[in-house]
Amino acid sequence: MNTTYCIARRDFQAYFNSPVAYVVLGVFLLVLGYLFFSTLFLAGFASMRGFFSVAPILFVVFGPAITMRLISEERKTGTIEQLLTLPISNFEVVLGKFLAALGIVVVGLLFTLPYVVSVSLLTPADTPFDYGPVIGGYIGLVLLASAFLALGLFASSLTKNQIVAFIIGLALCFFFYFVDKFAVLMPAQIGAVLEYISVDYHFGNIARGVVDTRDLVYYISLIAIFLVLTERSLRRDKR
Amino acid sequence: MRETSGAPMIDIVDLRKSYGDFEALRGLNFSVPRGQIVGFLGPNGAGKSTTMRILTGYLPYTAGSVKVSGIEIADDANAARKMIGYLPENNPQYEDMMVAEYLSFIADVRQVEKNKKQDQVARAVERCGLQEVFHKDIGQLSKGYRQRVGLAQAILHEPQLLILDEPTSGLDPNQIIEIRNLIKELGRETTIVMSTHILQEAQHTCERILIINNGLLVADDTPEQLAMGDFGFIYLEIAPRENAPVDKQAMKRKLQGVNGVVGIDEQAVDVEGNVAFMIRYEKVDPRRDLFNTVVDSQLVLLELKRQRASLEETFRRLTARVEE
Repeated sequence: MNTTYCIARRDFQAYFNSPVAYVVLGVFLLVLGYLFFSTLFLAGFASMRGFFSVAPILFVVFGPAITMRLISEERKTGTIEQLLTLPISNFEVVLGKFLAALGIVVVGLLFTLPYVVSVSLLTPADTPFDYGPVIGGYIGLVLLASAFLALGLFASSLTKNQIVAFIIGLALCFFFYFVDKFAVLMPAQIGAVLEYISVDYHFGNIARGVVDTRDLVYYISLIAIFLVLTERSLRRDKR
Repeated sequence: MRETSGAPMIDIVDLRKSYGDFEALRGLNFSVPRGQIVGFLGPNGAGKSTTMRILTGYLPYTAGSVKVSGIEIADDANAARKMIGYLPENNPQYEDMMVAEYLSFIADVRQVEKNKKQDQVARAVERCGLQEVFHKDIGQLSKGYRQRVGLAQAILHEPQLLILDEPTSGLDPNQIIEIRNLIKELGRETTIVMSTHILQEAQHTCERILIINNGLLVADDTPEQLAMGDFGFIYLEIAPRENAPVDKQAMKRKLQGVNGVVGIDEQAVDVEGNVAFMIRYEKVDPRRDLFNTVVDSQLVLLELKRQRASLEETFRRLTARVEE
């Protein structure tokens, strides 16, 4: 059996051995559900647009919350020594943990599919429901969440303390989310750079239903860079 | 099933490890042939855990060579790790996993073949006596059982080399004996390197003892040899011949000149007029010369008894810190 998969499976199951998965998923779905149904019932407006504009902000918080314990906890209890002396590479460990966290995100997103169903059912029969932005939106959310998980995993590898890992992860995600919000105030060139490094800007592109390679390259590079940094951090000399 | 390749199980040459300015290992050299149970002794901070962590590829080393069965750790740590079972210090465990889940996970990561996995897990469970707690969370187990879980994961893949960092620390005396017997039994098939604080443990379990201090090897011998030591104490009691009293100071000076004697203390005696000394010797056994000295001085030798240094004394002498 593939060793990366073994690590991923163990960490995924570990989420459900502790309250973390239930709390994170529960609160995530509660908040999203409230925002979704408030537009549906209060505004009388059946659309996924509100959902896709709010979900990225939620992942700024929930991404680091999911990843905070992955490495810091192992450093604290010392199990990291056991794990890293197994005949596997550090990168397999990092990738396995990343995939475990992504598994939680995917489970969370699966629970939001009923919203899509209800919106499509509520759409009047004469205006066909446009699946493009919804599919794009979900692809975008998975990519955006993956980027935040990579940032959060890196933060988790820096410390023994889960709370510190969460705060650092939050700061990183916050930066990559909000960095383009001041772009309009900047000169055009700097503005373009800020937009390029913003997670949300690329999400906006994909959520419109256009999956462009430039956006994919951006997400994959950001994820790869932070997974490599995490691996470096694991290799760090310890006393 | 032991591999018969010529390379020793462990071969360490001029191993150095620095943490910043601090030199934890300052040129360590030793080699362990296959099949030996080696005890690794030394005071806290001597470099025991550092050496074990380097052997398992957890810590990089600054200079020197570390080979496990001929494989240089720095070149291919994973190839070496496949041959090694490791119980880290304090035996960290995933508290929220069941013993069964945990051992299955370790077997999967170690890529034990599917058709052999169940057998090998069952064998490790049986050897470590974990049948009763197989379906319990590790976090609920007593320290003794946790230690067995740590050992079970280390022997699961039938390693050629077992590295155990303080396998009995924190256990009660009964548990210590159980774990010790288990280690002895495992040692029939496997090379074992274990560190310990308890000298009797090394004495009873190990065939060979390495003592390290300040990052250097200071002793490498069988426990029997180390327990004899090359130093010790001799109790000497002298009585005057007829009424002439013994000149204590003159006698002490004479004895001090004997080859091998390094220190003399006067001892209390219960018969007035007698003199007793506790003589400390090193390297050379001075008993014959002491006898002759007393006889030549026209005195009566009442008692001459040697007390050999114990392993504790040898250990303390070898690892004594130089007072600054």
